[in-house]
Amino acid sequence: MQMFYFSLAFFLLLNLCVGMWRVLRGPTVADRMLAAQLFGTTVVAILLLLAQTSDNPALRDVALVFALLAAVTAVAFVRRIWPEKRGFERDPE
Amino acid sequence: MIPSDYVAVVLLILGGIFFFSGTVGLLRFPDVYTRLHALTKADNVGLGLIVLGLVVQAESWFVVGKLLLIWLLVLFAGASASHLIAKRALHRGIRMWK
Repeated sequence: MQMFYFSLAFFLLLNLCVGMWRVLRGPTVADRMLAAQLFGTTVVAILLLLAQTSDNPALRDVALVFALLAAVTAVAFVRRIWPEKRGFERDPE
Repeated sequence: MIPSDYVAVVLLILGGIFFFSGTVGLLRFPDVYTRLHALTKADNVGLGLIVLGLVVQAESWFVVGKLLLIWLLVLFAGASASHLIAKRALHRGIRMWK
């Protein structure tokens, strides 16, 4: 049973690495932010799995904090890095 | 392997499949909006199934409560974040692919 948990956590990690391709190739800044969102969720899932196998309840709190930070980064990105442009002129992309 | 292990294994595998579909969607879809759609699927359903798989295995109700709390937080955070990004992308004039 424990081996299954570790293999699933490893699969999610591979998922994460495949998601990195979007960071490299993403045309707009928003695509790179999406990859960061995917990281947030995948790492929360991995942490919960590891918390279950290693019987370490502290890891669940780490997952909770990570979920919070993922939310904050998305809001920070939209509010700070990507300000509202005056009017509706079209972006090149 | 007690029966609750089997249930947990099935739920966890389904959760992994949804995560994989979310990642494939993130890579394959043509523009920001569709990728957002694929991404939140991985968030909500993938993590939801994994949390359900872990809840079946959890020892105490406190752990069950904490797991569900984490899932609800990710649900709300993912939904609001993707809404924010989509709205701002629209305002900045990122065209839809069709």
